Amino acid sequence: MQEILQYVVSGLTIGAIYAVIAVGFSMLFNSTELINFAQGEFVMLGAMGLVTLWGVFHIPLVLALLLTVAGVSVIGFLFERLAIRTVRNPHPIVLIIITVGASIFFRGLSMLIWGKDAYSLPPFTDTPPLDVFGAKLLSQSIWILCISLVLVAGLYFFYKKTLTGKAMQACAINKKAACLTGIPAERMVLLAFILSAAMGAVAGVIISPITMCSYDMGTMLGLKGFCAAMLGGLGSLWGSLIGGFLLGVLESLGVGLFTSGVKDAIAFIILLLILYFRPGGIISAKSVRRF
Amino acid sequence: MAIAPHRIIYLIFPSIIILAGLFVQNSYYLQVLTFIGINTLLALGLNLLMGYAGQISLGHAAFYGIGAYTTAVLTVHYGLSPWAALPCALAVSALVALIVGFPTLKLTGYYLGMGTLGFGMIVHIVFREWSDLTGGASGFIGIPPLDLGPISFSSGRNYFYLVWAIVMMCLVVSNRLINSRVGRALRSIHDSEIAAGAMGINTMSLKIRVFVLSAVFSALAGFLYAHFVMFISPGSFDFLVSIRIVTMVVIGGMASIWGALFGATLLTLLPEWLHAFSEFEMVVYGLILMVVMILLPQGLTRGVLDIYEKSKTRNR
Amino acid sequence: MKNRKQETADTSDLLAVQSLSKAFGGLQALYDVSFTVERGTIYGLIGPNGAGKTTLFNLITGVFSPDEGRILFENKEIQGIPIYDVVKTGIARTFQNVELFGGMTVLENVMVGCHVRSRSGFLGAVSRLPRVMKEERRIKQKSLELLDFVGLMPYSDQKSTDIPLGRQRMLEIARALAAVPDLLLLDEPAAGLNAVETRSLGELIAKIKEKGITMILVEHDMSLTMKVSDMVVVLDQGQKIAEGVPKDIQSDETVMAAYLGKSG
Ligand SMILES: Nc1ncnc2c1ncn2[C@@H]1O[C@H](COP(=O)(O)OP(=O)(O)O)[C@@H](O)[C@H]1O
Ligand SMILES: [Mg+2]
Repeated sequence: MQEILQYVVSGLTIGAIYAVIAVGFSMLFNSTELINFAQGEFVMLGAMGLVTLWGVFHIPLVLALLLTVAGVSVIGFLFERLAIRTVRNPHPIVLIIITVGASIFFRGLSMLIWGKDAYSLPPFTDTPPLDVFGAKLLSQSIWILCISLVLVAGLYFFYKKTLTGKAMQACAINKKAACLTGIPAERMVLLAFILSAAMGAVAGVIISPITMCSYDMGTMLGLKGFCAAMLGGLGSLWGSLIGGFLLGVLESLGVGLFTSGVKDAIAFIILLLILYFRPGGIISAKSVRRF
Repeated sequence: MAIAPHRIIYLIFPSIIILAGLFVQNSYYLQVLTFIGINTLLALGLNLLMGYAGQISLGHAAFYGIGAYTTAVLTVHYGLSPWAALPCALAVSALVALIVGFPTLKLTGYYLGMGTLGFGMIVHIVFREWSDLTGGASGFIGIPPLDLGPISFSSGRNYFYLVWAIVMMCLVVSNRLINSRVGRALRSIHDSEIAAGAMGINTMSLKIRVFVLSAVFSALAGFLYAHFVMFISPGSFDFLVSIRIVTMVVIGGMASIWGALFGATLLTLLPEWLHAFSEFEMVVYGLILMVVMILLPQGLTRGVLDIYEKSKTRNR
Repeated sequence: MKNRKQETADTSDLLAVQSLSKAFGGLQALYDVSFTVERGTIYGLIGPNGAGKTTLFNLITGVFSPDEGRILFENKEIQGIPIYDVVKTGIARTFQNVELFGGMTVLENVMVGCHVRSRSGFLGAVSRLPRVMKEERRIKQKSLELLDFVGLMPYSDQKSTDIPLGRQRMLEIARALAAVPDLLLLDEPAAGLNAVETRSLGELIAKIKEKGITMILVEHDMSLTMKVSDMVVVLDQGQKIAEGVPKDIQSDETVMAAYLGKSG
């Protein structure tokens, strides 16, 4: 029992990361109907950015965090401008290959910059672990949970209460109609790219103290984030959040109860099951297929 | 009757292979040429699915691996002769493709991409974790070489001929398939699934059949790979390998059989050329994928071919 | 009105649609639509945009199954049969938004149309047995004849999407004819055509009728529809509001109201 609780608690931590990545996927999908196979690389860039700024150059943590997220957002901006906007034939196969290409490019680039070594960072603060009914909750886990929840709440507020957020949603629902009402749809797409890159970067910076950071850490995290988004319902903010936590806990329980070898398989088995049987995600009332 | 110009290639191509086999002495070059052949098989298989039928697969390395591991397990653990293991390897791959194809090919667009990717990941994890059978992450050693009576294929030259004979066979098969009733049906799915259906084409069944066929091509490549290098490990069949196969098809130009050959050649040679800067390999791969897809979504060879065909129709 | 009579199948009727209904989510695209099409005639199907005409075609050709109702073709129920089997029974169609196979030539498009009337498969393709080659020649021969029939011979080697829209619509008709249908469904074949093209389309439709092929024609060009149709049925908001010979429909008040009320 004690053990299971511990698995759940650690599952929630990693689940929060998946949730943030999943939200990035969902936001982008909402505005562009596009799935960015390079999303995971933004996570990696976030983590490596913090490793460099905070770990190597000892820039104060808060500043390093902001700089990293801002930097990755700029990369998201460039990515949209250079690789997506320029596409002549926006067929899914073409966009899949372009974003996969981008993913490999980012990975290769960061291997050139940071080499193949893995880096680690200390927790943001060294407060002692919290005891939750006997399960240990590390201080970094608390940071991760808080930041991810605040982030999603903030996004929710952004979508519901600000003009830009509403405009983005309008674009997501109907691009043509949104254009007619004067919403600059193109700029909303760009904004969605920037925000989803930022979301990836946030996931990267908060995970960096609890994992080994290296040039190839992003791909798997990105795919898991996508699994989480599908699990909760791609395109839904709350669905992504719930999907993330659920995937994290299931994975952690799977590792605890079976073997660690199957860890990565769990997410993909869930992904296939969702794709086959409930492409709308487990939360949605009825299964919808958006393509 | 003179031989039609497009048939001449069937004379030129084998001649080139035979000459290459005779004159290339360096065993390293022969090895590279053999790998080009194996990769061409992979690209041909995926091209049928992706280039012609328009169904993306980001998990084709799985079938490549299934071919390789099946023959490895059967020959080493069960003492089968490789030639008996070959049909088994192809059949296992076909069966897996059939089972996976049913639910997966119902998906379209990004979901199909993700579904095939997930499948590839799971198969890769199986190779890595089922260590009793596959040797796990450290790999599978002791796969026997091929021989046929007195002919041993363990020498680089013989294996080179074997692989390229098979490649040529598969080129002919693909070419005939594409220019047939079934091939037209396949291409029609790519362009408009609803119109294809209205023409009486059972699109789902056709998609599954071509998926199975392309899995068989990949398994054949896996079989040849396993008995060539005689050692396999999960790393040879991971996500990046799936992407490499996609890249071959894309670079060569989707829906072009000679393009598959070209793409496979380029992507086999590229790492060799980049050897001194091996750390650039990924950056270059990524860039190639992006740039080609942005500027020439039809691939490199297609553009050239279009020009050729235009001039051909003008001359008539 | 005269719906009762249609419940009993009449042997001269090629197609009978009985109480067909179809909803998409909350939207009732078709509601309780019935009519019959006599063999060898042209049936005009008109109605404002969104009336459910294309949906009706989609139900007849098996793109969707109806929620309610029956579709009898040659006295056999065909509702719910998958799209690729419907063609085999003898129903072919064109599409409102031209759905050509853009990666293929004009000739190849028509050759795909011959799919149901030919049979060689994977093994045949690879083996190229004499039987297969013979079939292949037959397909090509027949496709060329059809291209000639619709006047597209000069374009046969061009990429199908490179020819003008008017020609593309003709090509869709040729491709549908390749399936040797008894019933041909034409979904707005004159949309986007200029006056000259529309006139030759009218002539083509007459030629097809001479071959004994029954047609249902969805068309907004009233002069064309009224000229070629033997009977006209009017849909509005998913319901049949009128049916009769063209002369009667033109003077029908409900029809006028449906059109004038919604024009624009
Ligand atoms: N596949 C579909 N999904 C949802 N709604 C549809 C679909 N097809 C048609 N509709 C709706 O059904 C109604 C009738 O459409 P349609 O049959 O295309 O009309 P018409 O061809 O007469 O212009 C329209 O309101 C349309 O939006
Ligand atoms: Mg319509």
